[in-house]
Amino acid sequence: MSAKETVVKDRRHPLKIARGLGSSQSGVGHWWSQRVTAAALVLLGVWFVITVLCLLHADYATAHAAVAKPWNALLLIAFVLTMFWHAVLGLQVVIEDYVHTRWKEVALLVAIKFLAVLGALASVLAVLRIALTP
Amino acid sequence: MADTQRPLSPHLQIYKRQVQMMTSIVHRATGIALAVGSLLVVGGLLHLAAGEDSFNHFKRIIGSPLGMVLLIGWSWSLFFHLCNGIRHLIQDAGLGYGIPQFVRSSWLSIAGSIVLTVLVWAYVMTAGGAA
Repeated sequence: MSAKETVVKDRRHPLKIARGLGSSQSGVGHWWSQRVTAAALVLLGVWFVITVLCLLHADYATAHAAVAKPWNALLLIAFVLTMFWHAVLGLQVVIEDYVHTRWKEVALLVAIKFLAVLGALASVLAVLRIALTP
Repeated sequence: MADTQRPLSPHLQIYKRQVQMMTSIVHRATGIALAVGSLLVVGGLLHLAAGEDSFNHFKRIIGSPLGMVLLIGWSWSLFFHLCNGIRHLIQDAGLGYGIPQFVRSSWLSIAGSIVLTVLVWAYVMTAGGAA
């Protein structure tokens, strides 16, 4: 459909039709969220790697006690939530770039969000269970 | 492909191999690998929450040869995505856009990720292996 036909049908200015479409409203939000979660993950990721290395060879009781410490539990939840958020933002861009069949694209975009929310909720519940049971 | 009549930019095989091209592609690839690897973090937490037997079972799995290979792959992916991610954040601030700087920072990301991976696994090996 050419722009001219659209105008005749809609009797609207082409700019009126284009405005608000595409990434004109939400694109910058996605970009910023990706950068802010990236900056958070630089700190949280390094903390996570060091924490796991400190727990090398830890038995169940030691690992359980370490995760149950308030600061560790808090940072673990922050790490997991930020990680899944950042993963969804990144995978979304990859899917939008390479999947060109519209229904497959939408299905994948919804699927990664479902999986990420499930993963995040399961992780948070696990940390809370460890932190709140003696 | 999108059904467009607009001219397309040349395909990958037209370009000369450049290091910036590799770091860009590998940044995406490691991002996808890390998204899959995030399931390991969830798995570890769930097994720890489920009790001692479950946690020991998890330790046996990640300590197995296949588990070690995946852990080495994921740790390098993490360090590459971390180093190159910091590089991207610096570039987003508008710095390092000269071509020589671009090439140098690409190699820095690669070198940094390898050094960090080797350091971590040297520590793990001297401490007696994973898990």
